[in-house]
Amino acid sequence: MKILVPITKVPDTTSKIAFADNNTKFNSDGVTFIMNPTDEWYALTRAVELKEANAGSEVVVINVGAADNEQIIRKALAIGADRAVRVDANPTDAFFVASQIAAYAQTENFDLVITGKETIDFNSFQVGGMVAELLDWQAVGLVNKLEVAGTTATLTREIEGGTETVETSLPLVVGATKDLAQARIPNMKGIMGARTKAIQVVPVTAVESRTEITSFTLPEKAKQVKLVSPDNVGELVRLLHEEAKVI
Amino acid sequence: MAILTFVEVSEGKIKKASLEAAAYSSKIAETSGAESVAVVLGEASADEVSSLGKVGVKVVYHAADARFNTFNSKVYSKAIAEAADKASAELVVLSFNQNGKFLGPRIAVRLSAGYIPGASELPVLEGGKLSAKKNVFSGKASATYQIVTAKKVVALTPNSFPIVKGEGTATVEAFSPSVSDADFGVKVKSVDKVTGTIPLTEAEVVVSGGRGLKGPENWWMIEDLAKEMGAATACSRPVADVDWRPHHEHVGQTGITVRPNLYIAVGISGAIQHLAGVNQSKVIVVINNDPEAPFFKAADYGIVGDAFEVMPKLIEEYKKFKAAH
Repeated sequence: MKILVPITKVPDTTSKIAFADNNTKFNSDGVTFIMNPTDEWYALTRAVELKEANAGSEVVVINVGAADNEQIIRKALAIGADRAVRVDANPTDAFFVASQIAAYAQTENFDLVITGKETIDFNSFQVGGMVAELLDWQAVGLVNKLEVAGTTATLTREIEGGTETVETSLPLVVGATKDLAQARIPNMKGIMGARTKAIQVVPVTAVESRTEITSFTLPEKAKQVKLVSPDNVGELVRLLHEEAKVI
Repeated sequence: MAILTFVEVSEGKIKKASLEAAAYSSKIAETSGAESVAVVLGEASADEVSSLGKVGVKVVYHAADARFNTFNSKVYSKAIAEAADKASAELVVLSFNQNGKFLGPRIAVRLSAGYIPGASELPVLEGGKLSAKKNVFSGKASATYQIVTAKKVVALTPNSFPIVKGEGTATVEAFSPSVSDADFGVKVKSVDKVTGTIPLTEAEVVVSGGRGLKGPENWWMIEDLAKEMGAATACSRPVADVDWRPHHEHVGQTGITVRPNLYIAVGISGAIQHLAGVNQSKVIVVINNDPEAPFFKAADYGIVGDAFEVMPKLIEEYKKFKAAH
Protein backbone atom coordinates (compact mmCIF):
# COMPACT_ATOMS: atom_id res chain seq x y z
CA MET A 1 0.00 0.00 0.00
CA LYS A 2 1.28 3.46 -0.90
CA ILE A 3 0.05 6.32 1.22
CA LEU A 4 0.53 10.05 0.64
CA VAL A 5 0.14 12.37 3.64
CA PRO A 6 0.06 16.12 2.99
CA ILE A 7 1.41 18.06 5.96
CA THR A 8 1.31 21.76 6.64
CA LYS A 9 2.94 24.20 9.01
CA VAL A 10 0.77 26.29 11.34
CA PRO A 11 1.26 28.60 14.30
CA ASP A 12 1.27 26.74 17.61
CA THR A 13 -2.18 26.54 19.26
CA THR A 14 -1.24 28.92 22.05
CA SER A 15 0.25 31.59 19.73
CA LYS A 16 -0.85 35.15 20.12
CA ILE A 17 -2.38 36.15 16.82
CA ALA A 18 -1.37 39.51 15.30
CA PHE A 19 -1.34 41.01 11.84
CA ALA A 20 1.00 43.24 9.84
CA ASP A 21 0.89 45.45 6.74
CA ASN A 22 -2.37 47.18 7.60
CA ASN A 23 -3.99 43.91 8.72
CA THR A 24 -3.40 42.15 5.41
CA LYS A 25 -0.72 39.70 6.54
CA PHE A 26 -0.19 37.34 9.44
CA ASN A 27 2.55 38.62 11.72
CA SER A 28 4.86 35.69 12.33
CA ASP A 29 7.21 37.59 14.69
CA GLY A 30 7.90 35.48 17.74
CA VAL A 31 5.47 32.75 16.61
CA THR A 32 6.42 29.09 17.04
CA PHE A 33 5.36 26.95 14.11
CA ILE A 34 4.36 23.31 14.39
CA MET A 35 3.06 20.56 12.14
CA ASN A 36 -0.73 20.94 11.89
CA PRO A 37 -2.03 18.79 14.79
CA THR A 38 -4.58 16.69 12.89
CA ASP A 39 -2.03 16.09 10.10
CA GLU A 40 0.48 14.79 12.62
CA TRP A 41 -1.56 13.07 15.32
CA TYR A 42 -4.14 11.36 13.15
CA ALA A 43 -3.35 11.40 9.40
CA LEU A 44 0.36 10.67 9.54
CA THR A 45 0.21 8.33 12.52
CA ARG A 46 -2.60 6.23 11.01
CA ALA A 47 -0.61 6.05 7.76
CA VAL A 48 2.41 4.76 9.69
CA GLU A 49 0.25 2.24 11.57
CA LEU A 50 -1.17 0.94 8.27
CA LYS A 51 2.33 0.67 6.86
CA GLU A 52 3.49 -1.33 9.86
CA ALA A 53 0.54 -3.71 9.52
CA ASN A 54 0.98 -4.21 5.76
CA ALA A 55 4.41 -5.39 4.63
CA GLY A 56 5.77 -3.66 1.55
CA SER A 57 3.87 -0.43 2.21
CA GLU A 58 5.28 3.06 1.95
CA VAL A 59 4.34 6.41 3.51
CA VAL A 60 5.31 9.58 1.68
CA VAL A 61 4.73 13.02 3.20
CA ILE A 62 4.28 16.07 0.99
CA ASN A 63 4.53 19.70 1.99
CA VAL A 64 4.00 22.77 -0.14
CA GLY A 65 6.27 25.47 1.21
CA ALA A 66 9.64 27.11 1.48
CA ALA A 67 12.91 25.52 2.61
CA ASP A 68 12.39 26.50 6.26
CA ASN A 69 9.55 23.95 6.43
CA GLU A 70 12.20 21.28 6.61
CA GLN A 71 11.89 21.17 10.40
CA ILE A 72 8.33 19.81 10.33
CA ILE A 73 9.19 17.52 7.42
CA ARG A 74 12.03 15.97 9.46
CA LYS A 75 9.63 15.47 12.34
CA ALA A 76 7.22 13.61 10.03
CA LEU A 77 10.10 11.40 8.90
CA ALA A 78 11.03 10.79 12.53
CA ILE A 79 7.46 9.68 13.29
CA GLY A 80 7.78 7.09 10.58
CA ALA A 81 7.25 8.41 7.04
CA ASP A 82 9.67 6.76 4.60
CA ARG A 83 10.44 9.77 2.46
CA ALA A 84 9.28 13.30 1.84
CA VAL A 85 8.48 15.62 -1.01
CA ARG A 86 8.57 19.39 -0.72
CA VAL A 87 7.00 21.46 -3.46
CA ASP A 88 9.15 24.55 -3.49
CA ALA A 89 6.57 27.34 -3.40
CA ASN A 90 4.90 29.89 -1.19
CA PRO A 91 1.28 28.78 -1.02
CA THR A 92 -1.21 31.40 -2.19
CA ASP A 93 -4.51 29.64 -1.52
CA ALA A 94 -5.91 26.18 -0.84
CA PHE A 95 -6.55 25.48 -4.52
CA PHE A 96 -2.91 26.22 -5.26
CA VAL A 97 -1.79 23.78 -2.53
CA ALA A 98 -4.28 21.08 -3.58
CA SER A 99 -3.16 21.39 -7.21
CA GLN A 100 0.49 20.82 -6.24
CA ILE A 101 -0.42 17.75 -4.17
CA ALA A 102 -2.67 16.30 -6.87
CA ALA A 103 0.00 16.91 -9.53
CA TYR A 104 2.54 15.00 -7.46
CA ALA A 105 0.06 12.23 -6.57
CA GLN A 106 -0.44 11.58 -10.27
CA THR A 107 3.23 10.81 -10.78
CA GLU A 108 3.06 7.71 -8.55
CA ASN A 109 0.42 5.07 -7.87
CA PHE A 110 -0.92 6.00 -4.47
CA ASP A 111 -3.74 4.01 -2.88
CA LEU A 112 -4.56 6.49 -0.16
CA VAL A 113 -4.18 10.18 0.54
CA ILE A 114 -4.78 10.94 4.23
CA THR A 115 -5.13 14.59 5.26
CA GLY A 116 -5.84 16.17 8.64
CA LYS A 117 -9.45 17.32 8.89
CA GLU A 118 -8.54 21.01 8.91
CA THR A 119 -5.62 23.30 9.61
CA ILE A 120 -5.76 25.28 12.81
CA ASP A 121 -4.77 28.52 11.04
CA PHE A 122 -7.43 28.95 8.36
CA ASN A 123 -9.87 26.24 9.56
CA SER A 124 -10.95 25.67 5.99
CA PHE A 125 -11.25 21.90 5.39
CA GLN A 126 -10.34 22.50 1.76
CA VAL A 127 -7.29 20.60 0.62
CA GLY A 128 -8.57 17.02 1.05
CA GLY A 129 -11.77 17.59 -0.90
CA MET A 130 -9.97 19.51 -3.63
CA VAL A 131 -7.30 16.84 -4.07
CA ALA A 132 -10.06 14.20 -4.31
CA GLU A 133 -11.86 16.14 -7.01
CA LEU A 134 -8.67 16.86 -8.95
CA LEU A 135 -7.85 13.13 -8.89
CA ASP A 136 -11.53 12.15 -9.42
CA TRP A 137 -11.29 9.84 -6.40
CA GLN A 138 -13.77 8.90 -3.74
CA ALA A 139 -13.31 10.77 -0.45
CA VAL A 140 -14.56 10.45 3.10
CA GLY A 141 -14.09 13.24 5.65
CA LEU A 142 -14.16 13.51 9.47
CA VAL A 143 -12.94 9.94 9.74
CA ASN A 144 -12.10 8.47 13.16
CA LYS A 145 -11.60 4.82 12.12
CA LEU A 146 -9.94 3.47 9.00
CA GLU A 147 -9.25 -0.15 8.14
CA VAL A 148 -8.01 -1.40 4.79
CA ALA A 149 -8.34 -4.97 3.51
CA GLY A 150 -7.16 -5.50 -0.05
CA THR A 151 -8.71 -2.67 -2.04
CA THR A 152 -11.63 -2.17 0.35
CA ALA A 153 -11.61 0.52 2.99
CA THR A 154 -13.96 0.54 5.98
CA LEU A 155 -14.28 3.91 7.64
CA THR A 156 -16.22 5.44 10.50
CA ARG A 157 -17.03 9.10 10.09
CA GLU A 158 -18.72 11.75 12.20
CA ILE A 159 -22.23 12.76 11.25
CA GLU A 160 -24.66 15.05 13.06
CA GLY A 161 -25.25 13.50 16.46
CA GLY A 162 -23.28 10.31 15.91
CA THR A 163 -21.15 8.26 13.58
CA GLU A 164 -21.63 6.28 10.40
CA THR A 165 -19.57 3.32 9.18
CA VAL A 166 -19.10 3.17 5.42
CA GLU A 167 -17.30 0.95 2.98
CA THR A 168 -15.69 2.04 -0.24
CA SER A 169 -12.79 1.09 -2.46
CA LEU A 170 -9.33 2.47 -3.02
CA PRO A 171 -7.94 4.80 -4.23
CA LEU A 172 -9.38 7.11 -1.64
CA VAL A 173 -8.86 10.47 0.07
CA VAL A 174 -9.46 10.44 3.82
CA GLY A 175 -9.94 13.46 6.09
CA ALA A 176 -8.66 12.42 9.52
CA THR A 177 -10.13 13.53 12.80
CA LYS A 178 -9.60 12.75 16.47
CA ASP A 179 -9.13 9.10 17.48
CA LEU A 180 -8.08 7.86 14.03
CA ALA A 181 -4.72 7.01 15.61
CA GLN A 182 -2.83 7.28 18.86
CA ALA A 183 -0.39 10.20 18.48
CA ARG A 184 3.28 9.24 18.74
CA ILE A 185 6.28 11.08 20.03
CA PRO A 186 9.30 10.46 17.80
CA ASN A 187 11.92 8.33 19.55
CA MET A 188 15.69 8.72 19.27
CA LYS A 189 15.94 5.98 16.64
CA GLY A 190 13.31 7.73 14.55
CA ILE A 191 14.99 11.11 14.91
CA MET A 192 18.39 9.69 13.93
CA GLY A 193 16.85 7.75 11.04
CA ALA A 194 15.06 10.85 9.77
CA ARG A 195 18.38 12.58 9.15
CA THR A 196 19.25 10.23 6.34
CA LYS A 197 15.81 9.94 4.76
CA ALA A 198 15.36 11.76 1.46
CA ILE A 199 13.52 15.04 1.03
CA GLN A 200 12.88 15.43 -2.66
CA VAL A 201 12.35 19.04 -3.76
CA VAL A 202 10.05 19.36 -6.74
CA PRO A 203 9.34 22.51 -8.74
CA VAL A 204 6.00 24.26 -8.55
CA THR A 205 3.16 23.60 -11.01
CA ALA A 206 1.83 26.93 -12.30
CA VAL A 207 -1.67 27.55 -10.90
CA GLU A 208 -3.72 30.74 -10.68
CA SER A 209 -5.13 31.47 -7.23
CA ARG A 210 -8.87 31.69 -6.98
CA THR A 211 -9.22 33.47 -3.67
CA GLU A 212 -7.31 36.01 -1.65
CA ILE A 213 -7.54 37.32 1.87
CA THR A 214 -8.07 41.07 1.68
CA SER A 215 -7.95 41.79 5.41
CA PHE A 216 -7.81 40.27 8.87
CA THR A 217 -9.75 41.50 11.89
CA LEU A 218 -9.13 40.84 15.56
CA PRO A 219 -12.06 40.72 17.97
CA GLU A 220 -12.83 44.23 19.17
CA LYS A 221 -12.12 43.69 22.82
CA ALA A 222 -11.99 41.03 25.42
CA LYS A 223 -15.39 40.18 26.81
CA GLN A 224 -16.30 41.52 30.22
CA VAL A 225 -18.03 38.83 32.17
CA LYS A 226 -21.09 39.80 34.18
CA LEU A 227 -21.07 37.79 37.40
CA VAL A 228 -24.26 36.63 39.06
CA SER A 229 -24.37 35.49 42.68
CA PRO A 230 -24.87 31.75 43.23
CA ASP A 231 -27.62 32.72 45.67
CA ASN A 232 -29.53 34.53 42.95
CA VAL A 233 -29.62 32.13 40.03
CA GLY A 234 -32.97 33.53 38.87
CA GLU A 235 -31.11 36.70 37.93
CA LEU A 236 -29.12 34.73 35.35
CA VAL A 237 -32.33 33.48 33.74
CA ARG A 238 -33.68 37.04 33.69
CA LEU A 239 -30.49 38.40 32.07
CA LEU A 240 -30.47 35.67 29.43
CA HIS A 241 -34.05 36.52 28.56
CA GLU A 242 -34.16 40.31 28.87
CA GLU A 243 -30.61 41.40 28.15
CA ALA A 244 -28.97 38.73 26.00
CA LYS A 245 -32.32 37.72 24.46
CA VAL A 246 -31.19 34.15 23.87
CA ILE A 247 -34.00 32.39 25.74
CA MET B 1 -28.27 35.13 -12.95
CA ALA B 2 -29.12 32.46 -10.44
CA ILE B 3 -27.89 31.37 -7.04
CA LEU B 4 -28.02 27.64 -6.43
CA THR B 5 -28.27 26.20 -2.92
CA PHE B 6 -27.48 22.59 -2.23
CA VAL B 7 -30.14 21.48 0.25
CA GLU B 8 -29.37 18.30 2.14
CA VAL B 9 -32.08 15.91 3.26
CA SER B 10 -31.73 13.27 5.93
CA GLU B 11 -34.40 10.57 6.05
CA GLY B 12 -36.55 12.74 3.81
CA LYS B 13 -36.33 15.86 5.98
CA ILE B 14 -34.50 19.05 5.07
CA LYS B 15 -31.60 19.71 7.43
CA LYS B 16 -31.85 22.92 9.41
CA ALA B 17 -28.35 23.97 8.34
CA SER B 18 -29.44 23.66 4.70
CA LEU B 19 -32.53 25.74 5.35
CA GLU B 20 -30.23 28.45 6.68
CA ALA B 21 -28.13 28.19 3.52
CA ALA B 22 -31.25 28.50 1.34
CA ALA B 23 -32.43 31.54 3.33
CA TYR B 24 -28.95 33.06 2.92
CA SER B 25 -29.04 32.50 -0.85
CA SER B 26 -32.52 33.98 -1.14
CA LYS B 27 -31.36 37.08 0.71
CA ILE B 28 -28.41 37.49 -1.67
CA ALA B 29 -30.73 36.84 -4.62
CA GLU B 30 -33.17 39.47 -3.39
CA THR B 31 -30.52 42.20 -3.14
CA SER B 32 -28.74 41.30 -6.38
CA GLY B 33 -31.79 40.66 -8.56
CA ALA B 34 -30.94 36.99 -9.00
CA GLU B 35 -33.15 33.93 -8.78
CA SER B 36 -32.89 31.58 -5.80
CA VAL B 37 -32.75 27.98 -7.03
CA ALA B 38 -32.09 24.85 -4.98
CA VAL B 39 -31.05 21.29 -5.67
CA VAL B 40 -32.15 18.35 -3.51
CA LEU B 41 -30.55 14.91 -3.90
CA GLY B 42 -32.31 11.82 -2.57
CA GLU B 43 -35.83 10.91 -1.67
CA ALA B 44 -38.12 13.45 0.02
CA SER B 45 -41.81 14.22 -0.28
CA ALA B 46 -43.05 16.85 -2.74
CA ASP B 47 -44.41 18.89 0.19
CA GLU B 48 -41.07 18.86 1.97
CA VAL B 49 -39.19 19.96 -1.15
CA SER B 50 -41.65 22.65 -2.24
CA SER B 51 -41.63 24.08 1.31
CA LEU B 52 -38.29 25.66 0.39
CA GLY B 53 -40.50 28.36 -1.11
CA LYS B 54 -41.01 29.60 2.45
CA VAL B 55 -37.41 30.71 2.56
CA GLY B 56 -37.58 32.37 -0.86
CA VAL B 57 -36.50 29.53 -3.15
CA LYS B 58 -38.32 29.78 -6.50
CA VAL B 59 -37.31 26.54 -8.22
CA VAL B 60 -36.05 23.23 -6.82
CA TYR B 61 -34.32 20.60 -8.92
CA HIS B 62 -35.13 17.34 -7.18
CA ALA B 63 -33.27 14.12 -7.96
CA ALA B 64 -35.64 11.75 -6.13
CA ASP B 65 -33.27 8.85 -6.72
CA ALA B 66 -32.77 6.41 -3.84
CA ARG B 67 -29.09 6.00 -4.73
CA PHE B 68 -28.59 9.58 -3.48
CA ASN B 69 -29.98 8.72 -0.04
CA THR B 70 -26.42 7.89 1.00
CA PHE B 71 -24.02 10.82 1.06
CA ASN B 72 -21.08 10.47 -1.28
CA SER B 73 -18.93 13.52 -1.96
CA LYS B 74 -17.87 12.35 -5.43
CA VAL B 75 -21.28 11.77 -6.94
CA TYR B 76 -22.86 14.68 -5.06
CA SER B 77 -20.21 17.01 -6.47
CA LYS B 78 -20.99 15.87 -10.02
CA ALA B 79 -24.74 16.21 -9.59
CA ILE B 80 -24.57 19.64 -7.93
CA ALA B 81 -22.16 20.98 -10.56
CA GLU B 82 -24.57 19.77 -13.23
CA ALA B 83 -27.44 21.54 -11.46
CA ALA B 84 -25.34 24.72 -11.30
CA ASP B 85 -24.80 24.55 -15.07
CA LYS B 86 -28.49 23.88 -15.66
CA ALA B 87 -29.44 26.94 -13.60
CA SER B 88 -26.59 29.05 -15.07
CA ALA B 89 -25.68 29.75 -11.47
CA GLU B 90 -22.77 32.07 -10.78
CA LEU B 91 -22.90 31.27 -7.09
CA VAL B 92 -23.40 27.93 -5.34
CA VAL B 93 -24.18 27.98 -1.61
CA LEU B 94 -24.14 25.04 0.79
CA SER B 95 -23.86 24.52 4.52
CA PHE B 96 -20.45 24.20 6.15
CA ASN B 97 -21.74 21.19 8.08
CA GLN B 98 -20.20 17.71 8.33
CA ASN B 99 -20.94 16.75 4.73
CA GLY B 100 -20.54 20.25 3.33
CA LYS B 101 -16.97 20.52 4.59
CA PHE B 102 -15.80 17.82 2.18
CA LEU B 103 -18.29 18.61 -0.55
CA GLY B 104 -17.74 22.38 -0.93
CA PRO B 105 -14.13 22.15 -2.13
CA ARG B 106 -15.06 19.39 -4.58
CA ILE B 107 -17.84 21.46 -6.15
CA ALA B 108 -15.51 24.45 -6.36
CA VAL B 109 -12.85 22.47 -8.22
CA ARG B 110 -15.46 20.98 -10.53
CA LEU B 111 -16.83 24.43 -11.43
CA SER B 112 -13.37 26.08 -11.57
CA ALA B 113 -14.74 28.36 -8.88
CA GLY B 114 -13.15 30.17 -5.97
CA TYR B 115 -14.44 28.95 -2.62
CA ILE B 116 -15.08 30.47 0.80
CA PRO B 117 -15.40 27.77 3.49
CA GLY B 118 -17.37 28.76 6.56
CA ALA B 119 -18.65 32.24 5.74
CA SER B 120 -20.41 33.75 8.74
CA GLU B 121 -21.97 36.86 7.19
CA LEU B 122 -23.71 37.94 4.01
CA PRO B 123 -21.22 38.48 1.19
CA VAL B 124 -20.42 41.72 -0.61
CA LEU B 125 -20.67 41.51 -4.40
CA GLU B 126 -18.68 44.12 -6.27
CA GLY B 127 -17.21 44.25 -9.76
CA GLY B 128 -17.64 40.55 -10.37
CA LYS B 129 -15.90 39.66 -7.10
CA LEU B 130 -17.44 38.28 -3.95
CA SER B 131 -16.12 38.90 -0.44
CA ALA B 132 -17.23 37.37 2.81
CA LYS B 133 -15.93 37.10 6.34
CA LYS B 134 -14.98 33.87 8.02
CA ASN B 135 -13.33 32.89 11.27
CA VAL B 136 -9.64 31.99 11.21
CA PHE B 137 -7.05 30.88 13.76
CA SER B 138 -9.70 28.78 15.53
CA GLY B 139 -11.85 31.80 16.27
CA LYS B 140 -9.04 34.07 17.47
CA ALA B 141 -9.52 36.35 14.45
CA SER B 142 -11.61 36.73 11.32
CA ALA B 143 -10.57 37.28 7.72
CA THR B 144 -12.28 38.69 4.65
CA TYR B 145 -11.89 36.28 1.76
CA GLN B 146 -12.39 37.46 -1.78
CA ILE B 147 -13.23 35.17 -4.69
CA VAL B 148 -11.74 36.41 -7.95
CA THR B 149 -13.17 33.82 -10.35
CA ALA B 150 -16.39 34.16 -12.40
CA LYS B 151 -18.05 31.25 -10.62
CA LYS B 152 -18.18 31.12 -6.86
CA VAL B 153 -18.91 28.67 -4.08
CA VAL B 154 -19.70 29.71 -0.50
CA ALA B 155 -20.21 27.34 2.46
CA LEU B 156 -22.21 28.98 5.26
CA THR B 157 -21.31 28.28 8.89
CA PRO B 158 -24.28 26.63 10.62
CA ASN B 159 -26.31 28.83 12.98
CA SER B 160 -24.88 32.07 11.59
CA PHE B 161 -27.85 33.18 9.47
CA PRO B 162 -31.45 33.35 10.69
CA ILE B 163 -34.24 31.43 9.00
CA VAL B 164 -37.13 33.81 8.36
CA LYS B 165 -40.08 31.97 6.93
CA GLY B 166 -42.62 33.66 4.72
CA GLU B 167 -45.30 32.42 2.36
CA GLY B 168 -44.48 30.69 -0.87
CA THR B 169 -44.15 27.38 -2.61
CA ALA B 170 -41.22 26.51 -4.80
CA THR B 171 -41.75 24.94 -8.21
CA VAL B 172 -40.30 21.43 -8.16
CA GLU B 173 -38.63 20.11 -11.30
CA ALA B 174 -37.51 16.50 -11.62
CA PHE B 175 -33.76 16.31 -12.08
CA SER B 176 -31.79 13.34 -13.43
CA PRO B 177 -28.08 14.13 -13.23
CA SER B 178 -25.93 12.16 -15.65
CA VAL B 179 -24.08 9.99 -13.17
CA SER B 180 -23.30 6.31 -13.47
CA ASP B 181 -23.57 3.48 -10.95
CA ALA B 182 -19.77 3.50 -10.74
CA ASP B 183 -19.89 7.06 -9.35
CA PHE B 184 -21.70 5.85 -6.26
CA GLY B 185 -19.68 3.17 -4.50
CA VAL B 186 -19.91 4.29 -0.87
CA LYS B 187 -22.01 1.83 1.11
CA VAL B 188 -23.30 2.57 4.59
CA LYS B 189 -22.69 -0.41 6.87
CA SER B 190 -24.11 0.97 10.09
CA VAL B 191 -25.18 4.18 11.79
CA ASP B 192 -24.64 4.89 15.45
CA LYS B 193 -26.74 7.89 16.19
CA VAL B 194 -28.31 9.23 19.30
CA THR B 195 -31.96 9.54 18.45
CA GLY B 196 -34.48 11.83 20.02
CA THR B 197 -31.90 14.47 20.88
CA ILE B 198 -30.86 17.58 19.00
CA PRO B 199 -27.67 17.25 16.93
CA LEU B 200 -24.95 19.31 18.59
CA THR B 201 -24.05 21.27 15.47
CA GLU B 202 -27.65 22.30 14.89
CA ALA B 203 -28.54 23.22 18.46
CA GLU B 204 -29.38 26.80 19.40
CA VAL B 205 -28.60 26.10 23.04
CA VAL B 206 -25.83 23.79 24.24
CA VAL B 207 -25.31 22.69 27.86
CA SER B 208 -21.82 21.33 28.37
CA GLY B 209 -20.06 19.67 31.27
CA GLY B 210 -16.45 19.19 32.28
CA ARG B 211 -14.35 17.44 34.86
CA GLY B 212 -15.79 19.67 37.57
CA LEU B 213 -18.85 17.41 37.55
CA LYS B 214 -16.68 14.69 39.10
CA GLY B 215 -18.23 11.67 37.35
CA PRO B 216 -20.72 10.44 34.75
CA GLU B 217 -23.29 9.75 37.47
CA ASN B 218 -23.67 13.51 37.93
CA TRP B 219 -24.59 14.18 34.32
CA TRP B 220 -28.27 14.30 35.16
CA MET B 221 -27.88 18.01 35.89
CA ILE B 222 -26.56 18.68 32.39
CA GLU B 223 -29.22 16.45 30.82
CA ASP B 224 -32.09 17.82 32.89
CA LEU B 225 -31.27 21.43 32.07
CA ALA B 226 -30.74 20.54 28.40
CA LYS B 227 -34.09 18.77 28.29
CA GLU B 228 -35.90 21.73 29.85
CA MET B 229 -34.22 24.14 27.42
CA GLY B 230 -34.52 21.99 24.29
CA ALA B 231 -30.72 22.06 24.19
CA ALA B 232 -28.05 19.64 23.05
CA THR B 233 -25.53 18.25 25.53
CA ALA B 234 -21.76 18.48 25.09
CA CYS B 235 -18.58 17.90 27.05
CA SER B 236 -14.93 18.87 27.28
CA ARG B 237 -12.12 16.68 25.97
CA PRO B 238 -10.95 15.13 29.29
CA VAL B 239 -14.50 13.96 29.94
CA ALA B 240 -14.68 12.19 26.57
CA ASP B 241 -11.17 10.80 27.02
CA VAL B 242 -12.13 9.00 30.22
CA ASP B 243 -15.37 7.80 28.60
CA TRP B 244 -17.71 9.64 30.93
CA ARG B 245 -19.41 10.84 27.76
CA PRO B 246 -19.36 9.69 24.10
CA HIS B 247 -16.74 11.21 21.82
CA HIS B 248 -19.25 12.81 19.50
CA GLU B 249 -20.19 15.16 22.36
CA HIS B 250 -16.65 16.52 22.66
CA VAL B 251 -16.38 20.14 21.59
CA GLY B 252 -13.05 21.84 21.12
CA GLN B 253 -10.17 22.10 18.73
CA THR B 254 -9.90 18.39 18.03
CA GLY B 255 -13.61 17.77 18.53
CA ILE B 256 -16.64 19.55 17.17
CA THR B 257 -16.92 23.30 16.65
CA VAL B 258 -20.26 24.68 17.76
CA ARG B 259 -21.86 28.05 17.27
CA PRO B 260 -25.05 28.11 19.32
CA ASN B 261 -26.89 31.20 20.49
CA LEU B 262 -26.22 30.13 24.04
CA TYR B 263 -23.42 27.92 25.38
CA ILE B 264 -23.61 26.99 29.07
CA ALA B 265 -20.35 25.54 30.40
CA VAL B 266 -20.51 23.78 33.74
CA GLY B 267 -17.33 22.72 35.53
CA ILE B 268 -15.14 23.40 32.49
CA SER B 269 -11.98 25.42 33.10
CA GLY B 270 -11.78 26.78 29.55
CA ALA B 271 -8.46 25.61 28.11
CA ILE B 272 -7.55 27.34 24.86
CA GLN B 273 -8.28 24.13 22.92
CA HIS B 274 -11.80 24.03 24.34
CA LEU B 275 -12.39 27.72 23.63
CA ALA B 276 -11.42 27.14 19.98
CA GLY B 277 -14.50 24.98 19.61
CA VAL B 278 -16.97 27.29 21.33
CA ASN B 279 -15.77 30.87 20.99
CA GLN B 280 -18.12 31.57 18.10
CA SER B 281 -21.12 31.06 20.37
CA LYS B 282 -23.20 34.21 20.63
CA VAL B 283 -23.55 34.14 24.43
CA ILE B 284 -21.43 32.10 26.82
CA VAL B 285 -22.41 31.32 30.42
CA VAL B 286 -19.77 29.82 32.71
CA ILE B 287 -20.53 28.07 35.99
CA ASN B 288 -17.38 27.15 37.87
CA ASN B 289 -16.28 27.15 41.51
CA ASP B 290 -12.83 28.47 40.58
CA PRO B 291 -12.96 32.26 40.09
CA GLU B 292 -9.60 32.02 38.29
CA ALA B 293 -10.90 29.60 35.63
CA PRO B 294 -9.76 31.04 32.27
CA PHE B 295 -13.23 30.43 30.84
CA PHE B 296 -14.58 33.47 32.73
CA LYS B 297 -12.46 35.70 30.46
CA ALA B 298 -14.36 34.38 27.44
CA ALA B 299 -17.78 34.42 29.11
CA ASP B 300 -20.65 36.88 28.92
CA TYR B 301 -22.23 35.73 32.17
CA GLY B 302 -20.77 33.76 34.99
CA ILE B 303 -21.56 32.23 38.33
CA VAL B 304 -18.68 31.49 40.67
CA GLY B 305 -20.14 28.62 42.61
CA ASP B 306 -20.46 24.91 43.15
CA ALA B 307 -22.22 23.26 40.20
CA PHE B 308 -23.88 20.82 42.59
CA GLU B 309 -25.63 23.73 44.28
CA VAL B 310 -26.09 26.05 41.29
CA MET B 311 -27.42 23.57 38.73
CA PRO B 312 -30.49 22.33 40.64
CA LYS B 313 -31.40 25.98 41.29
CA LEU B 314 -30.87 26.87 37.65
CA ILE B 315 -33.09 24.00 36.51
CA GLU B 316 -35.83 25.17 38.92
CA GLU B 317 -35.50 28.81 37.89
CA TYR B 318 -35.63 27.87 34.23
CA LYS B 319 -38.76 25.79 34.80
CA LYS B 320 -40.38 28.80 36.50
CA PHE B 321 -39.34 31.02 33.62
CA LYS B 322 -40.72 28.58 31.06
CA ALA B 323 -44.03 28.33 32.89
CA ALA B 324 -44.35 32.11 32.90
CA HIS B 325 -43.44 32.65 29.23
